[in-house]
Amino acid sequence: MAAPVLQLSGLSYRYGSTPILHDFSFSAAPGEHSLLLGPSGSGKTTLINLVAGLLTPDSGKVRVAGELMAGSAAARDDLRRRGIGIIFQTLRLVEALTVTANLRLAQRLSGRTPDEAEIKQLLEEVGLAHRASARPRALSQGEAQRAAVARALVTRPDLLIADEPTSALDDANADRVARLLIERADAHGSTLLIATHDGRLKAHIANALVLPRVEVPA
Amino acid sequence: MLSLALAYLRDRVLTTALNILLLGLAVATLVILLIFSTQIGNRFERDAAGVQLVVGAKGSPLQLILSSLYQIDAPTGNVPLESVNMLRRDPSVALAVPLALGDNFRGFRIVGTEPAYLGLYQARLARGEMFASPGEAVIGADVARTTGMDLGQQFLGSHGLSSEGAGEHDHSPFKAVGVLEPTGSVVDRLIIVSVESVWDAHGIAHDDAVEGEGDGEHSEHADHAAEQGNGHELAPEVTAILVKYRNAFGAVRLPSMINRQTDMQAAVPAIETARLLSLFGSGIEGARLFAWLLALTGGLSIFVALLQAATSREGELALLRVMGASRLQVFGTILMEGLLTAAAGCVLGLLSGHLALAAAVVSFDRLREIGFDPWGPHIGELAIVGAVLAIGVIAALIPALRVFRTDLALTLSRAR
Repeated sequence: MAAPVLQLSGLSYRYGSTPILHDFSFSAAPGEHSLLLGPSGSGKTTLINLVAGLLTPDSGKVRVAGELMAGSAAARDDLRRRGIGIIFQTLRLVEALTVTANLRLAQRLSGRTPDEAEIKQLLEEVGLAHRASARPRALSQGEAQRAAVARALVTRPDLLIADEPTSALDDANADRVARLLIERADAHGSTLLIATHDGRLKAHIANALVLPRVEVPA
Repeated sequence: MLSLALAYLRDRVLTTALNILLLGLAVATLVILLIFSTQIGNRFERDAAGVQLVVGAKGSPLQLILSSLYQIDAPTGNVPLESVNMLRRDPSVALAVPLALGDNFRGFRIVGTEPAYLGLYQARLARGEMFASPGEAVIGADVARTTGMDLGQQFLGSHGLSSEGAGEHDHSPFKAVGVLEPTGSVVDRLIIVSVESVWDAHGIAHDDAVEGEGDGEHSEHADHAAEQGNGHELAPEVTAILVKYRNAFGAVRLPSMINRQTDMQAAVPAIETARLLSLFGSGIEGARLFAWLLALTGGLSIFVALLQAATSREGELALLRVMGASRLQVFGTILMEGLLTAAAGCVLGLLSGHLALAAAVVSFDRLREIGFDPWGPHIGELAIVGAVLAIGVIAALIPALRVFRTDLALTLSRAR
C-alpha cells in the first residue's frame, strides 16, 4: 500500500484557553478525496492552516507526502511550495495579473520553469481558454473559482486543499466547480481535501469526515 | 518578482504616474540647478584665464569684469592709451594686455588686442597665421563653425557689441588670416584683431607706437567719440587692460593706487566673480532646497501609496506567500515598486531637465553666447539619482517591512 499523502497524528491546537482540536488523527492515500465537514468555527480552517504549515500544532505531527511539516518558517514554506496547492473561497488570484500571468507566477513560485503549453492546456481543461488574458476583477464568481483551481493545479501538487470552494457559488456553479476539482485532481494524480460547511458537496465526495466537537474542560 | 512589481504599478497607474511626475519635477529642477551653476562657475573660472586685475573706466567693477573678461556686458567706457604703458612700466606688473571693444560681426564680438591675449587662454592656431597688420583677423572656433568663415574671407564689422548693432564699417573690412583651435573658453566666440584695426574701423588716427595720439580726422562715429568724452577729436584709447602681477606686492599696491590716484578703476576678477556667484548663488540654493522638498514630497507620496496598497493587498500578499513566495520575495516586490517609481522619476527628471536647458539655450541668446552646453553630463547627476533612488527605497521600506510582521494565518482568515 502506498504511503499516505497526508497523515495527521494526534494533532492538538488551542487559541488561548480555547481548545480547537484535540488528539485529531487522519490520513489520506494518494488520489483519495475527502470532505472535511463542520459548521463555521468548528476548526476546519485551523486544521487547514496546520496542514499547510501556517500554524504550528501544540502537539502532534503533520506529514505531507511523507515529509514532516515542521521546523523553521522557511522549511515549512518550502514543503508547502513543493507539495500543496490551496484554493480559498474568495482569495483566488493576484488582481494585478491576468489569469495566465497568475498561473505563470504560481509555477515560478513553486520552483518550476513556466510552461506556457501546460498553462494553456489547463485553462482549456477548466473552460477558461477564452478568458486567459482577462484580469480577475473581470471574471464572474464561477470563472474566478475555476481560475483558482487552475492556479492551484498548475504546480502539480501532491495535496490539493480547498477551503470553502463552493460556498459563495450558486448551485450550477457549485456543481461545476466540484466536478472540476475532482476531475482535475484525478487527472493530475492529486489528493483532494475539501473543508466546507456546504452540504451540496456530499453528493460528489462520499468520504466525509465531521470534525469532532472539542469539549472545554470545566 | 520584477514583473509582479510592474503589474502592481500598472494596476494603480494614476497614483504611479503622479508619484513619477513629482519625483521627475524634483530631479529636473535639481539637474537644471546643478548644470547651470556648475557650467556658469566653470565658465567664469576658465574665462578669467588667470587674469588678476582688470583696469578700465570708472563705473561698476562687476560690469567691467563682465564686459572685458567674460564678454557679456557693455564696457564701462574707455581709458587713455597711456594707461597701458603706465601699467607696463610698473615693476609689479608682469603682463598688461589692452582690449579695444566696440564692434561685432553677426553678434560675435571683435576684440582689438595683442597676440598675448590669446596666450592667456593657451589658444593655438588651427590654420593660417597670427594677425600682424591692421585689418587682419584671427577667428575663434565657434565663429568659424557658426558663420562658415574661413581663411582669406573678408568681412565688415558692425558698430556695437550685439548683432543689433548700428551700421557697418564698410571703409575698413577685415580679412580672416587665422582660425583658432577650440579652447572651451570665451575666445572661441571672439574675432581677434589688433588694437590698431579697431581704431582704423572707427576712424581714429594713430601711429603704431603705443603712446601715439590721434588727430580726430574721421568723424563718422560721433556717438563713439562721445562715449570717449571727446566731442571734437578721436584719441586712441582702449576699453580695458588685463593685468597679471609679477609678485604678490602688486595685488596689495596696484588696485588701491589705480582707484585713488587715477581716473580709472581696478577690478579684481576673483572678488567680482565671487560676488556675482553669491548673488544668484542664494537664489540657486533656495531653488535647490525647494527641489529637495519636492523630492521628499514624492517620497512621502510613494510611502502613502505603498502603505495604502500594502494594506489593501494584505490578503493578496498572504496568497502570494501561500503560493510559495518567501517573505523576502514579497518584501522585495514592495521595495521594487518604490525603486521602480523612483527610477522612472529619475529618467523623466534627467530627460526633462536637459530638455529644459536645451530649450533655454535656444530661447536665450546670452546662454548661447557663454557657450552653455545643455547636454553636458555632470557627475553630480549620479548623486541626485542615487539620492532619489534612496528616497524611493526608504519610502517603500516601512510598507515592505510589514510583511515580516504579518501573521499569515490571521491575515488569511480575515481575507478568505
